[in-house]
Amino acid sequence: MSETILYLIQQLINGLTIGSTYALIAIGYTMVYGIIGMINFAHGEVYMIGSYITFIVIAGLLGMGMVSLPLILFIALVISVLIASTYGWTIERVAYRPLRGTNRLIPLISAIGMSIFLQNYVVLSQGSRDIALPPMISGSWTFGDPNLFEVSFSYMQLFIWVATFITMLGLTLFISRSRMGRACRACSEDIGMTNLLGVDTNRVIAMTFIIGAALAAIAGLLLSLYYGVVNPFIGFMAGLKAFTAAVLGGIGSIPGAVLGGLILGVTEALTAAYFPSEYKDVVAFGLLILILLFRPSGLLGKPEVEKV
Amino acid sequence: MLKLENVNTHYGKIQALHDISIDVHTGEIVTLIGANGAGKTTLMMTICGDPRASSGKIFFDGEEISSVNTPEIMRKGLAVVPEGRRVFSRLTVQENLHMGAYFRSNAEYEESLAHVLELFPRLEERISQRAGTMSGGEQQMLAIGRAMMSRPRMILLDEPSLGLAPIIIQQIFSIIEKLRDEGVTIFLVEQNANQALRIADRGYVMENGRVVLSDSGDALLTNPEVRKAYLGG
Repeated sequence: MSETILYLIQQLINGLTIGSTYALIAIGYTMVYGIIGMINFAHGEVYMIGSYITFIVIAGLLGMGMVSLPLILFIALVISVLIASTYGWTIERVAYRPLRGTNRLIPLISAIGMSIFLQNYVVLSQGSRDIALPPMISGSWTFGDPNLFEVSFSYMQLFIWVATFITMLGLTLFISRSRMGRACRACSEDIGMTNLLGVDTNRVIAMTFIIGAALAAIAGLLLSLYYGVVNPFIGFMAGLKAFTAAVLGGIGSIPGAVLGGLILGVTEALTAAYFPSEYKDVVAFGLLILILLFRPSGLLGKPEVEKV
Repeated sequence: MLKLENVNTHYGKIQALHDISIDVHTGEIVTLIGANGAGKTTLMMTICGDPRASSGKIFFDGEEISSVNTPEIMRKGLAVVPEGRRVFSRLTVQENLHMGAYFRSNAEYEESLAHVLELFPRLEERISQRAGTMSGGEQQMLAIGRAMMSRPRMILLDEPSLGLAPIIIQQIFSIIEKLRDEGVTIFLVEQNANQALRIADRGYVMENGRVVLSDSGDALLTNPEVRKAYLGG
């Protein structure tokens, strides 16, 4: 294989890795939007809090002298998912539910307020500087021609791919098979009718926030291990990117969020590889504008038509 | 079984229902007829608690439900087939029916499902098809079937004949009579006054948010004013 192709493969690997974590965060945006038609701008902060919890738990366990890596990761995962879900549930309960039924703009502003509050709360309690962890999962496979270009696929990247795949498989099964998943889909079509069937839709909405937060926490764990640093401001950009991914794929559609996340990740990686890397956000958000111009409902979004 | 006492409902500052008092007894088919915009749908939705009555009292089985929230009212043995059917078009027929029995146990669900499919063999043929791909008549059957899945003691139907072919309308009306024979109380809102009054024990006539007339179905059918206004002379 020639050098250019090997280089391209490397960029695709990097892009899909980042993209799959964008997808995990984007699912939270898209599910909430699908059900209550609201953009939860505090979602990025839940991801940030999930990352912090991961760091705190891992540092704590390492400090206690625990050496088993799978066990450390597992405990960090469980704790960060639990705590982030509690945050997700509480945010909905405190900042959005009392405002339901009002003008759409009002919960949106409440969401932005919540986001600023959470960010500053973490700055105050954890400090605003970067916190770093030593790499937990190191090592990689390399292939290609050592004289031209060596493609490296790290164990950490494989871990991210496998973890996001399992998470999405679980989510798909939950949404398509379970009673609550069915209620989620019914709510996203017609929440008033779901109420009229005796379903407590407040519980369905709360569940959506919990699931979204859990997925954001998983993404937080994966990305913070990948980058090895966290600070209180990572939620803003990650949230914006994931939101873009959700809109790109068609907000309200879960497969759309996944596709949007992957496209966004790959686009960023390719831009950074072939142009000055400062352009990657320009291209990512430019792509969003282009797709919205030509497909306003996103790639897999449903245009608003109904059979009468 | 269902009793409304001096119910008023407002949309913001606009009053949609004025001082409505009606009664539906167990085992009856009671119909509510009236022109477009008379407030029939508002009345039906007010019974379900969405919108809430701004004053007056609503009783179901002797229990006051005027301030109970919608899902709780619907779990008391009341089911609704709303205007425009509102089936979940991206869910399959079976999933729609499952949603109707959301708060029932699995055994009760299986039992209701068998019963509904027996009543509507057409739904069985389409069981794993998405509801949105079916014809209007089939969707209406699904909406009625979904309402029956919760095993209600009373069903509220809002214009089930709207936009359907005459032969389908016949089927829907015979299903409604069948339900009554099974012991389900029916409250039927219709613009198709002729058909509705034929199967109804009693009827109410609404105009501009008020009940202006109430009588037995047969008496309303022969009432000259009703004939002139709603039955085409």
